[in-house]
Amino acid sequence: MNIKRFLAVVKARNIEFFRDKSSLGWSLIFPILLLVGMSFVFSGDGKAAYKVGVINLSEAESIFLKTKYIGFVDYRDVERAKIKLSQHNLDMLVDFSAKKYWINQNAPSGYLVEKIFLASHQNFEKLNTQGEEIRYVDWVLPGILGMNMMFSCLFGVGYVIVRYRKNAVLKRLKATPLTAFEFISAQMLSRAFIVMFTSCIVYIGCNFFFDFYMLGSYFDLFLVGLLGAFSLITLGLLVACRSKSEELIGGLLNLTSWPMMILSGVWFSLEGAPDSLKSVADFLPLTHLVAGARKVITEGATLSDISYHLVILSLMSIVFLSLGAYLFNWNTER
Amino acid sequence: MKQSVIDVIDLSKHYKNIIAVNNISFSIAKGHCFGLLGPNGAGKTTTIEMMEGIISPSSGKINYYGKQMSDDISQQIGIQFQHTALQDFLTVKETLNLFTSFYQQTIAHQELIELCDLSEFLDRDNRLLSGGQRQRLLLALALINDPDIIFLDEPTTGLDPQARRNFWQLIKNIKARDKTVILTTHYMDEAEQLCDEVIIMDQGRIIEQGTPHQLLDKHFKEVFIYLPLNQISSDIIEKYQWKVLGERVEITTQQVEQTLTLLMSENVSLDGLHVKSANLDDLFLKLTGHSLRE
Repeated sequence: MNIKRFLAVVKARNIEFFRDKSSLGWSLIFPILLLVGMSFVFSGDGKAAYKVGVINLSEAESIFLKTKYIGFVDYRDVERAKIKLSQHNLDMLVDFSAKKYWINQNAPSGYLVEKIFLASHQNFEKLNTQGEEIRYVDWVLPGILGMNMMFSCLFGVGYVIVRYRKNAVLKRLKATPLTAFEFISAQMLSRAFIVMFTSCIVYIGCNFFFDFYMLGSYFDLFLVGLLGAFSLITLGLLVACRSKSEELIGGLLNLTSWPMMILSGVWFSLEGAPDSLKSVADFLPLTHLVAGARKVITEGATLSDISYHLVILSLMSIVFLSLGAYLFNWNTER
Repeated sequence: MKQSVIDVIDLSKHYKNIIAVNNISFSIAKGHCFGLLGPNGAGKTTTIEMMEGIISPSSGKINYYGKQMSDDISQQIGIQFQHTALQDFLTVKETLNLFTSFYQQTIAHQELIELCDLSEFLDRDNRLLSGGQRQRLLLALALINDPDIIFLDEPTTGLDPQARRNFWQLIKNIKARDKTVILTTHYMDEAEQLCDEVIIMDQGRIIEQGTPHQLLDKHFKEVFIYLPLNQISSDIIEKYQWKVLGERVEITTQQVEQTLTLLMSENVSLDGLHVKSANLDDLFLKLTGHSLRE
């Protein structure tokens, strides 16, 4: 790897991005508009159903679990479930084996669920948690930032490479001593810098107005964002490794991004979702980026707590990059 | 005979059922401007892209200085492609800096700017360059590593006549530095102005090879005389079997003076008379039956 050539391409790509005012503006304005919109749309308490956390749900047996219009979510870790309750993500938490249940004293929605629960279980110990409700905008923040990163990484890398290939910029670069590895690495570094820079600007800028909830470390959040960005960039490289058609790559990138937008927990939690759906979501890098970032923000998770997501993102990056580099073609044949 | 810098031996390129280049061989002498001529689709671009290492031959060999072409050939050659875009939003100066960083040895920017006449638009965005300015920048990028061998693929296509003549002067300046230039074109005047030696290609094969003058001397002893059709009666045209081309009459002759005397003896007015020597376009027409620009 020739560092001089590598850095020259990184610099050129960064200049290209930052001087393209429409592209830069959109990557900043789009997530801000979504955040503002979501904060208005979900500012009221519009939940129609109740959500109850159950410790070891699969082993629990109770007539209460058959109650209609209540969603039951399985938790293995009591402390994690209590954080969810304190943040008003759950209306009640029950541990049938320990004969205990928890209610958030600051959450009026728990009152009705408790009445229903007590109709069938009078001898359970009642425990209280306290905590202010986590706003939807706090909850959705990592989803929106993650989604913006996803579009920027996939289209900013995939689409640009195909455009370069189509209009023979790649051919011109191939005629120089620049290697494919140097070119791909430079695209990755440039895009990672652009994505992290714009995400930080959006986060810091919006924080002045929304005063976001943050229980974890900003460094941990940055790290999970960076790993997520690399996995998405490498996915973009893989999708664009051979194609010369902008129409085809547009379709392929949409095919890649839409499942992530729907299944990766950007807009709603997958906690109560069927296992099959969760299994599919587990194969999507955005799922791990959003889940890891959300745990850092809303649960104060440490790097060790989210190590599963970090390892998956790293593995995905390695697999996507290896495949992308192996299959990459300057495609100079006519 | 000058030392040969490139030897192309039995070179072929097939795309599925299409034979783009069909078993061609030629050598290029050091310091020469070597032209590959032919209509669109003749195989010129495919041939020079194989010589540049951009595409792989299906069979055959390409030797540089007597040795088989290696991967590091890009350090030693300069290339100007026929169709290529430059990165958007970069200025001319930034583009020069970018390409300079790719090579171990480079020419001084000031020298390059003067050689390719870039000074007036150095800070202009690549997207805002005119056709001629863009070609001058692409030529500068081809020269940035101070190569001994420069490939120019139809460098003046799409330029206005003035820009074309300016570009020819740039190429002559480069040639004067003892560089070897390999040029494809379908402009015959360009080839006649610049090339020391040409090959004429059609349907992937070489159909003729030599210096422009050698080829014309070999195939044409005559010149063409043109007169307006309305100045010559149809009887005279029929009598001498002259050819009518639209509104003009074409007279092919090896003896210009005798033909002019004949015309005067037949009381034909010489107003609007035009005498033309055969050019490479005529040669191509003669060899293949169709024009180079088709």
